[in-house]
Amino acid sequence: MNRDKRNAKFISPYIGVEPLQGASGPIGRNKNTQGGGRLQGAGFDFQKDISGCGLTGLISKDKKRLSGSHIVKSLCLMNDRGNGLGAGYAAYGIYPDFKDFYAFHVMYDDPSIRFTAEDLLKSNYHIEKIEEIPTSPVKAIPISPLLVRYFIKPLKEKLAGGIEEADFVVNTVMKINSEIDGAYVFSSGKNMGAFKGVGNPKDIADFFRIDEYEGYIWTAHTRFPTNTPGWWGGAHPFTLLDWSIVHNGEISSYGINKRYLEMYGYKLSLLTDTEVVAYLLDLLIRRHGLDIGAACTALAAPFWKNIDAMDGAQKEAVTALRLAYGSALLNGPFSILFGHSRGLVGINDRIKLRPLVAATKDAMVYMASEESAIREICPKPDRVWAPRAGEPVVVELKD
Amino acid sequence: MFDIDAKGVRFGELNASIREAVARGEKEIRVKHVNGQYYIGDGLRGGAVITIEGVPGNDLAAFMDGPTLVIKDNAQDNIANTMNSGRIIIHGHAGDVLGYGMRGGRLHIRGDVGYRVGIHMKGVKKQSPTIIVGGTAGDFFGEYMAGGTLILLGLDEKDAKPPEGAQPLEGGHPLVGDYLATGMHGGVIYIRGEVDKKQCGAEVGVMELDAEDIKALKDALIPYCADFGLKLEDVMKKGFKKLIPVSSRPYGNLYAY
Repeated sequence: MNRDKRNAKFISPYIGVEPLQGASGPIGRNKNTQGGGRLQGAGFDFQKDISGCGLTGLISKDKKRLSGSHIVKSLCLMNDRGNGLGAGYAAYGIYPDFKDFYAFHVMYDDPSIRFTAEDLLKSNYHIEKIEEIPTSPVKAIPISPLLVRYFIKPLKEKLAGGIEEADFVVNTVMKINSEIDGAYVFSSGKNMGAFKGVGNPKDIADFFRIDEYEGYIWTAHTRFPTNTPGWWGGAHPFTLLDWSIVHNGEISSYGINKRYLEMYGYKLSLLTDTEVVAYLLDLLIRRHGLDIGAACTALAAPFWKNIDAMDGAQKEAVTALRLAYGSALLNGPFSILFGHSRGLVGINDRIKLRPLVAATKDAMVYMASEESAIREICPKPDRVWAPRAGEPVVVELKD
Repeated sequence: MFDIDAKGVRFGELNASIREAVARGEKEIRVKHVNGQYYIGDGLRGGAVITIEGVPGNDLAAFMDGPTLVIKDNAQDNIANTMNSGRIIIHGHAGDVLGYGMRGGRLHIRGDVGYRVGIHMKGVKKQSPTIIVGGTAGDFFGEYMAGGTLILLGLDEKDAKPPEGAQPLEGGHPLVGDYLATGMHGGVIYIRGEVDKKQCGAEVGVMELDAEDIKALKDALIPYCADFGLKLEDVMKKGFKKLIPVSSRPYGNLYAY
């Protein structure tokens, strides 16, 4: 961690289990011991089926806005893939009345922290609206951080030095997440938003009243944390600007990717490997101008033996990408969905170590960890297929 | 025919009612409105025929020993793990890691399959498992295979290209992926079409079929064709290749020098 703001105090209140009996003092910050040991000690119900994360996403190519109830239904079908230590949703097109403003969703461990963050926002942004994110009481979520959203725009004079607006916003997110104790921006795009926390898919959906939002792209995730803590900020989706990521698997190259991103000013402060994917997409696509296909090739690059078998221009291009972006290569097993303002992309690791199924129905495209999660909301798709390893499924909105 | 409605029923409850029906002596069971329930048919014995309408969840028929499962639709991952005997007939596609460590019985799939199909497949005593895939297969087909028969037909090659939205490899999906039969040390694989030696593990030999192979292949395909209403002579129109291990100890010297 570039700055040690995340002591156990900020994680433990929200992990959703009873405190370990007889534990003395705060739980250590060691990422590897916070989850499992604590849960075992707490009498975690191992009758529950042990599984992996689950993800699902959908896109209406003609931008028809759909209620969140569909994606909730799809995700809940895979409830048993997670263990209640993280679930979340991302949606695009949900804030049409504020579509020109960055929608910041911020979680505060303590209400008093709010003022520190708001001072920073007020001195740098025009603030169109501030409100608590609407929630409903849910029995299984007795405690949550304070959740506030802001519709904001950088003040003109702050951009006078020629800094790009998006870079300015990224800097603000990084500053809050790494420097203000107990404050986390978990969504910062325009006309989109992420909603996430510690709980089961249904509980988190009820808590955030997901069915009241309407969007044309939705992604969702249920988490089974393995080697990083299950805390509110560690639930998926991970977002930056309008990039949102849900991920099943493990980014074994986290250390390399993190150091690489830090060279470009990103600060990795959320204790979870998936965070690197959101920032890599921002770096490769927004800042370096790669198209989505090239960025996917950099993240899940073909093996050298396959590159050797390519011919001429393709071989040269892929070689260049692998050489330039060696430190952006994602190693380890993954299936990932990433949403952005223009579409939805699904991609697997290079040897398909995590499941991903895709389906189409008219102008809708669905992708999920299990076909049944698609069938739950689209019983008769036109076509169902399993994307091959490392080959992205790129779906774009019609203009 | 005994009907069970699976709509909205959690897998534990559903599997308990299937077990109960089998224990009671029901010979034909139809499970309707299945969607995503895990572990159907796991460890199940006896001779019941269970028809599943809908998409069954992961880990179907693990350790199954006797029954016949007919899946009218697509199926998901991890089917027939260490299955001992019985039959599984899948009319649609199926996912990854099918027939892992399979010991006996038959797995018939009409459509495509995913990655790692038939890995660690083996025979035990007089048992020999068979997996037949009608469509295409992904990487690691028959990896570490130790026994039994794995057949890949590629019947729908012209449809095998990924649909719009996916970025196809040149020429669409190959009949079979990379790392074919890597580490294979027993059993036999028959592939309808050509196999590039570069796709295979070092210990694998790609060869033509002899008369004995043709007979074994036909014997395996007759029940497959019956399950899906195919004509054996149509399937046999195109040439097959045979893959077998050509060294019994391919890595015997790996750490010797």
